[in-house]
Parts: sequence; structure tokens; C-alpha cells
Amino acid sequence: MTAVATALPAPAARSRHLAGTGALLRLALRRDRVMIPAWVLVLGLVVASMGSSFEALYDTAAERARLAASMNANGSMRALYGPVFSDSVGGLVSWRMAGYGALLAAVMSLLIVVRHTREEEETGRQELLSAAMVGRRAPLTAALLTALIANAAVAVLIAGGLAKSGRPAAGSLALGLAIGCAGMLFAGLAAITAQLTESARMAKGLTGAALGLAFALRAAGDAADAGSTSPLTWISPIGWSENLRAYADERWWILLLFLAATTLAVTASYALTARRDIGMSFLPARPGPAVAQRSLSGPFGLAWRLQRTTLLGWTLGFLCAGGIFGGIAQGAADMVGGNRQTREIVERMGGAQGLTDAFLATMAGMLGMIAAIYATGAVLRLRSEETGDRAEPVLAGAVGRLRWAGSHLAIAYAGTVVIMAFGGLALGLSYGISVHDVGGQLGPVLAAALSQVPAIWTLTGLTVLLFGLLPKATTAAWALVGGCLAIGWIGPSLKFPQWAMDLSPFGHLPKLPGADATAAPFVWLLALSGLFAAVGLVGVRRRDIG
Amino acid sequence: MTTAISSAPAIRVDALHKSFGRTHALDGLDLSIEAGEVHGFLGPNGAGKSTTIRVLLGLLRADGGSARLLGKDPWHDAVELHRRIAYVPGDVTLWRNLSGGEVIDLYGRLRGGLDAARRTELLERFELDPTKKGRTYSKGNRQKVALVAAFASDVDLLILDEPTSGLDPLMEEVFQSCVAEERDRGRTVLLSSHVLSEVEALCDRVSIIRRGQTVESGSLGELRHLTRTSVVAELTGTPGAPPAVAGGGLAALPGVHGLDVQGHRVKLQVDTDKLDAVLRSLGTIGVRSLISTPPTLEELFLRHYQDDAPAEEAIAR
Repeated sequence: MTAVATALPAPAARSRHLAGTGALLRLALRRDRVMIPAWVLVLGLVVASMGSSFEALYDTAAERARLAASMNANGSMRALYGPVFSDSVGGLVSWRMAGYGALLAAVMSLLIVVRHTREEEETGRQELLSAAMVGRRAPLTAALLTALIANAAVAVLIAGGLAKSGRPAAGSLALGLAIGCAGMLFAGLAAITAQLTESARMAKGLTGAALGLAFALRAAGDAADAGSTSPLTWISPIGWSENLRAYADERWWILLLFLAATTLAVTASYALTARRDIGMSFLPARPGPAVAQRSLSGPFGLAWRLQRTTLLGWTLGFLCAGGIFGGIAQGAADMVGGNRQTREIVERMGGAQGLTDAFLATMAGMLGMIAAIYATGAVLRLRSEETGDRAEPVLAGAVGRLRWAGSHLAIAYAGTVVIMAFGGLALGLSYGISVHDVGGQLGPVLAAALSQVPAIWTLTGLTVLLFGLLPKATTAAWALVGGCLAIGWIGPSLKFPQWAMDLSPFGHLPKLPGADATAAPFVWLLALSGLFAAVGLVGVRRRDIG
Repeated sequence: MTTAISSAPAIRVDALHKSFGRTHALDGLDLSIEAGEVHGFLGPNGAGKSTTIRVLLGLLRADGGSARLLGKDPWHDAVELHRRIAYVPGDVTLWRNLSGGEVIDLYGRLRGGLDAARRTELLERFELDPTKKGRTYSKGNRQKVALVAAFASDVDLLILDEPTSGLDPLMEEVFQSCVAEERDRGRTVLLSSHVLSEVEALCDRVSIIRRGQTVESGSLGELRHLTRTSVVAELTGTPGAPPAVAGGGLAALPGVHGLDVQGHRVKLQVDTDKLDAVLRSLGTIGVRSLISTPPTLEELFLRHYQDDAPAEEAIAR
């Protein structure tokens, strides 16, 4: 809490500005009583349990050393997971989870902070609270404290869990702090964007973009340099998390780096919040057109208008990600060709044949799983339109429910194809350029990216099903997406049983490029997706709206 | 435009039932609205007004009973009906990044279409700036966006759910003149409102509902007839003097309540349809002056609202 305290002026003013923080904090914890424990438990237990999994999979020191050496020798694998700093079991856990754990803690933190700051203002609830005995800085402070509690819990769970399963205490603590501190830094960044933007959606999007950039910088830096000394790695907070080097002569001073950056971000957010009015932002609202364009004449025009910015953001993000990953794919060929162990590991990561192909297939799969986040969000716009009372006047017009729902679904389904196509194009182009064979590589890589679409649509169909039949439980769609991400990301290296891998629609796709593709899985997934969506739409037609 | 439907009632609801879980929002509600009339729809908070309106709009599916709008089924023929209906909710939510003008046009296009000249005129009368974004409008201005869209739309039926909440008195006046114009054009208006002066000024007939049931329905005159008139009279003799018409005699008349005799002065309340006998009785004593006050609208509604207050349950819709 040093961070918060330094940002505040004289003690007398402090108590006035912070009046009501305790009450708001209790309110936030009460509202998040399901969300925060779920995040903390899943994130904490996944990391903490990884020690015993690695111990079981690589039970001799020699095996672990081979794994570490081959991973460090390969630029592509370094880009994915970062370098291995120690071939102890703890070192492998840190290698696998320091970066991704930091990423997940950052997502959790940005959701918490935006939810209790900008979202409260946007919905007008903050106005009511601020009219009571609530100081000007209390809402932001309460949101940051909520994030601090969640991140502290994550750090404690990780450190305690790993230490309990036999890993060295100092390294366990370092890994817990590396993940928790990254979470708090992004809580601070979210606190800034929440002041700058007027919509919670935009604040989340901007912070998410910063997080994506941090991850990409780390990936690019690690691809370029085996020792993690690249400046690209060092400008990325996720690079700091991995460079804390848990279980490998911990560099505790990096915690000071986190502290300084978090203090800076939090101070900036307090300075911004002191200079603006409740509900307002720094970007003044510009006047809009007095009459609507011809395109804004029906439910589809409206849905497009509401969703186009989000789609544009995702398309740009996928272009960048595809470009970066395509550029480092060539490094997979650096892999020591004769190393059976390495080959086995890469194949376990989801590849089938040819290490570069395997890498590209892994990338296409990763883009696919991330695109599922876009698709789910796009479908759930329907629900937020409904609960926000904006669907009601549209449906009170001459608009059938299917047309209304179909408009948003069309954007969700087509948008998925669009972002996967652009991601695949960038991946294929950038890989093709790096191996001087654009003509030969672009087609297969693009096809690999597009082959993910049926699996994404299956999740989309399930979301429509929830929206139609169990509208109050639509958030469960996020759990489905999270489950598929978990199965796809950590399932292969932890050797999940086949039935568990089969639960994810992505597990049924052939590993393109490189593998033999048959039509059957695509047909099945498309049929399932269509069936789910159809049943969901029947539900939409029959149920009460609102 | 309205000639085709003028024979049948514009809205006819019989024994409508709707529950949300264990809450019975509508419990056998009846409603009948003739084409071309402005109908007031009244009831305490949570009585089921908005639920009824949402059933009429086909947003909610009734559990029982029947509802017909312009001769059609509000659930099955929703799209076809909505071309001829304009709806204004009590709490208008706009898309934050769409301007008011865009929303007005969008709503109009989603209905039968928009009269451009009328749109311009209404924007002026309501003093609404159509270039502002949804997030920057105040509550009253958001309400105006929906009202302009409704009044400029080419429709047969307007469903207004507490449409003037948040409007200032000047705008309230503009609103009333707009509704009057709609009536003059032969359109039907269902007006749910708590502003009694508004109801009194605009409505041909009213329905009062309570706990999901219709408790009173008719013209204001008819409803007044069912309530009590207060009478204050100064008499030439004392009511007590001739034994035949003593205070006891007045009290014995049917429909007399709260009798208060002080010397020559008599105060009482009487059921309006029993007024005649009381006046006759007073006449035999001799009347020096007489004030008879018909029930105010407030009294009319409070009678229905008040006994509801303790049992009032918050039915969210």
C-alpha cells in the first residue's frame, strides 16, 4: 500500500478524500464474492499443482536438463514460454508459468479495477454512492485494495502450494510475488485507463491492448536473445516477472522495479481522478450527426455500429500477433534435429510433423482459442443489450427477435472468420517472408488459421444456447472458453487424459499445417455449432425479454 | 389510416396472468381501450402496469388470459403490429455513442417510418439538440428523444409508460399538446402515468389497477360518480329542532358518512349517487348556503392506492 499512500496529500485531507473507503471495499468484496475466489483458486492451484506434474513427467535430473537445453536452444520456444533459467522442477514451473501466470493475474486485476471504477460511473451507480459520505479518492482506493487482496491471495496460494509440495521456499515466494506484482502493476494501469476513457469496455480494451503489447515484447525479446537480456524483454513487465528468476538465484531487486512502476501508475491515476468530474473523462464528447445515415436503419445496421470498433481492435491485434509469431517461427528450425526428447515435447505441444509446422500449428491454435474470447464477447452483446434495457425499444419496433439476435450473431460469426483470416494472413506472410517463400507458405498457414473457425463456432453456438435457454447464466460461457484455453495451453505438457482433451472442440482439429486433414471433424463441429445455435434461437423466440 | 380499425377495440385484455417465479405480477387483469381514445393507465408502483405493457408489446409471454392489439395477437403478430405502434418507456436508455438524432431516425425506421417535417417541428418544440451523444443527455432529454421518435412516427397506437418522468413543467405542456394532437388525428394512446393533472387533462377514460388486477375502469365522470361528494351547508333552522329531520335523521340516510353538526352548520360526505336524498332532506330544514365539492382526482386514486400501501411488494417490472 506504499503506492497508494505516497500519492496522497496531507493527512487531514487524506481522511476526507478517503472517507467511505472501508464501506466501498466491503461492497466490492461482497459483489465479487464468486468472481475473485474463482480466479484466485484456479490461477493459484494451476501454478501450485504444476510442480508435482513436472516432477512426474520428467523424473530424472538428466531428463530435465535435456528439456531445458533444447528449449533454450530454440528461439520459437523461448518466444512462447521464455528461457529456462534452472532445470530444477521449480525452475521448470517458473519457466512455464511466470509469464502466463503474470498474464492471467493482469487480466484478473484489470477486470476488478475497471469493474469498480469506470463501470460504476458509467452505470450511474457511483453517483449515488459519491453523494453519500464517500471521499473523492475512495472508489479508486477501494478498487485498488480489492485488486491488492486478490493478487496477494494468488501470490500466497502459489508460494504456499509450491513450498508445500517440496519446492524451495525462496523460489516459491519469488514466483508468487512475480505473478502477484505483475497483477498489481496492471491494476495500476487499469486505474489510469479507467480515468481516461468514458466506457468500461474501452478501459478494459486499452488495458488489454497494453497487456498484449507487454506479452509480445517479451516474446520478441526472448526470441532474439537466449539470456533474456534483450531491451525488448526489459521494457515488458511480463519480462520482469520471468527475470525475477524464481528458483534460479532470485533477483529480488526486480521487486523494486515493480514497486516503482506500480507507484508511478497509481500516483498518475490519483492525479487524473482529482482533475476530473464523476462520470466524465478527459476526452470531451464530440457532437454526432443530427440525422442517421441510411445504413443505420435496422437491427443489423445498429449491431454493426455497436460492434465495429471492437472488431477493428481485434483485427489489428491479430495482425500484430500473426506478424510477430510468423517472424519467429523460423527459429523452430534451429532446434537440434536429432533430439528425440525435444521432438517429443514439441509434438506434445500440439504439433504433428515438422518442427516449424508444429510451431505454426501451435500458433494457429493459440490464435483460435483467443479468437473464441472475441466471439463469445460478440454474442454476449445481445445479453448486455437486453439487460441494459436497450433491446426493448428495438424489439418494440417492427423487428423480429430472430432478426435482432441474428444481426449480432452474424457479426460474431463473420467477425471470427475475419480476425482469423487476418491473423493467418499475417502469420503466413511474415513467416513466408522470413523463409523467402511467401507463395508456398501463405496458403497452408492461412488454411491452418481458418481451420480453427469450426471449433470457435462450436463455442459460439454454446453461448447462443445459454443466451436462449438460460439467459441468467450467460457468464458461464466465459467459463467454457476459459476451460478450453486451459485444456489447450497446459493440457498437452501435463499429459491430460485423452477424454479431457476431447472436451475442447479445439482438440478435435487436425494440426494444420502439416497434418492430414479429413472433412469429418469439421463437419461434426459445424453441425454441432449449428444445432446449438438453432436450439438457442428457438429459446430466444420463446422466452421473456428483459 | 385508422378507419379500418375504428370499429374494434384497439386493445382488449381479458383475465391476463403473468408470474415471475412466485411473484404474481398480473392476476387476472382486464383492459379495454377503444380506437381513437386516450386511455389513462393508473396504479401504485409495482401494480403491474409495465408488465401489462410488456405483454402488449410481445416482450413477455402471458401465462394465461388473452390480449388483442388492433385485432391481432401481441405475441405471434409482434413484428406486424409493431409497425403500427410507437412505444416510449419510462426510463429511456440510449446507446452511449449514438447521437439523439440517429436514435430518433433508427426508432422511426424500425416502425412504419418517420415524418421528416414533424420530426423537425418536434425537435424545436421539445428544444432538443439532436447532435449530442447518448451518454451526454440528461434523463429528461433522453425521454425527449424517445418522445420525438414516437410522435414523429406514422403509427396507429402509442404506448406511453410514464413518459413524462424527468420533463420540466414547460415540456410537460408540450407533451400534453402533442398527445392532444395525436388524439385529433384519430390515434389511440395508452398512457401510464402518475401525474394526475396530466391524466385529468388528457384522458377520455382511465383504468386503475392494483396488485395485477383492474379495480376501476371508466370515464373520469363515471369514476367520480362512484365516490363521495363533500357537502357543507348552513341551514336556516337547526337540524336538531323538528324531531323528524334531526341530525339523527340525516345520519340515517343511506350513503352518508362523517356527519358533523354544529348549530346551524352541517358537514358531511355522501356517496355521489345518494346525493339527491341528502339535498332533499336539507331542503326541508331550509338552506342558507351550500357548498358541494366533487371528489378530486387525488382522492379518487388515494382511495385505491392507500389500502395497498402496507402490502405493497416490489414487483420489479
